[in-house]
Amino acid sequence: MLRIDGLSAWYGEAQALRDVSLEVGKGEIVTLVGRNGAGKTTLLRCVMGLHTGAEGAVEFLGTDISGLAPHRRARRGLGYVPDDRGVYANLSVEENLMLPPAAGPDPWPLERVYETFPRLRERRRSPGTKLSGGEQQMLALARVLRMGARILLCDEPTEGLSPLIVQQIGAILREVKAQGVTVLLIEQNVHFAATVADRHYLLAEGRIAESMDNAEVKAREHELLDYLGI
Amino acid sequence: MLEQAFNGLVGGAFYALLALGLAVIFGMLGVVNFAHGAFYMLGAFGAYMLLTDWGVSFWVALGVVPVGLGLIGVVVERLLIRRLAGLDPLYNFLLTFGLALILQDLMKREYGAQSQPYPRPSALSGTVDLGLFSYPAYQVFVLGVAIVTCLAVWYVLSRTRAGMVVRAATERPELTRALGIDVGRWVTPVFGVGIALAGLAGVLAAPMRAVNPLMGSDLIIAVFAVVVIGGLGSIFGSVAAGFAVGLFTALANLYVPALSQTLVFILMVAVLLWRPAGLFGREEGIA
Repeated sequence: MLRIDGLSAWYGEAQALRDVSLEVGKGEIVTLVGRNGAGKTTLLRCVMGLHTGAEGAVEFLGTDISGLAPHRRARRGLGYVPDDRGVYANLSVEENLMLPPAAGPDPWPLERVYETFPRLRERRRSPGTKLSGGEQQMLALARVLRMGARILLCDEPTEGLSPLIVQQIGAILREVKAQGVTVLLIEQNVHFAATVADRHYLLAEGRIAESMDNAEVKAREHELLDYLGI
Repeated sequence: MLEQAFNGLVGGAFYALLALGLAVIFGMLGVVNFAHGAFYMLGAFGAYMLLTDWGVSFWVALGVVPVGLGLIGVVVERLLIRRLAGLDPLYNFLLTFGLALILQDLMKREYGAQSQPYPRPSALSGTVDLGLFSYPAYQVFVLGVAIVTCLAVWYVLSRTRAGMVVRAATERPELTRALGIDVGRWVTPVFGVGIALAGLAGVLAAPMRAVNPLMGSDLIIAVFAVVVIGGLGSIFGSVAAGFAVGLFTALANLYVPALSQTLVFILMVAVLLWRPAGLFGREEGIA
């Protein structure tokens, strides 16, 4: 579904990504783990076309999208959930949900969004940033599901949230996976990653250092946590 | 005192109309438009030229000049402003400030630096009895037009899909693109509307203030302070700050006349110390 081939990215002179190649299959949940500054966020930004100063191929559903503007990528079904959740303060919760145009074969009707996220229905008239951190994360996820994204690109959705909310997010990711939605997830919480994802890539200093399956991540959980410095 | 407060609101109306355009243009394009005051000046000169060269009345100018300037704004955005995207902010300064100087000097060459008189429309030459005091009808009209315009802009921004997109793109342009919206396509009309609002303010100013090539540059510095006070990128903040600054300045003029010119900057410093992102701004960076 998503294939990245030989991706390199720079911030001025500093190279953030070095020849990264990876693949995410349809219906898979794949995580990217790595220390702060390893290039995880840059990688997602490159996939969305938000990072200028990148080269390499990004293929989505078999076509090279690396020359496309960000809004065209979104309309092909890439659902971006940025690391700061990207909730608009000047838009109500419902407007936040309705902002992106439908982008896939299966955009969720608003009613279905509210059934899955009842809290968002209660708060639908509030300004987006009046929500709690967990609710904002739900809103960011709900927004790309509403647009009908085929793949969710989530930048650390569990960061700074309580264990209960992290569990809820895990349940939602498993549910959307069951419906055939694909997820590429940045995650520092290795334990959580192993409970939701199928496969994992370890990113170190801008390179893919390792590719691991769930069993391997579980077996090496302590070693990985040590390495990530958590 | 009440009368002075009313003067302040009328002055604030001009700040609000100009700050509104500046705030939206800054939010969506990341461009600080130093030429905004020049378009205000062109609005006043537009009305003046129409009257002296073709005998076109104020009422017609009130409709024609903003639309014409809005179209010029569209052309300027397509030809010039668009190229600033992704460049060092220094180019933004050079281009828009340069544009302002060129427009000013073109008018200076044609009409000289002295002020040109523009008569009040005869229907508004009298005064209106406001109960506690009587007030020039024209000023009441200016305040009314500014309020109606701000309400109309507010309605479009808050109740229509186009307005929602503009609010989103003003707050977080990059994220808005990543959510499937072609922000670039919205930039041109929004810039045009911003310039049209400056032009409208200019036409309204013509019968009230001196029509001269420097009228825009005198005003725009204060308007920048207004936008900063309201919170960069906050549309509502810019309008509210416009009226508030007008009011404060007028009242200061009553009690401490020496302060009236500098008060807007003192307010700006005070607001920035208290809330570094402005009254209605948010401190999150533009990710």
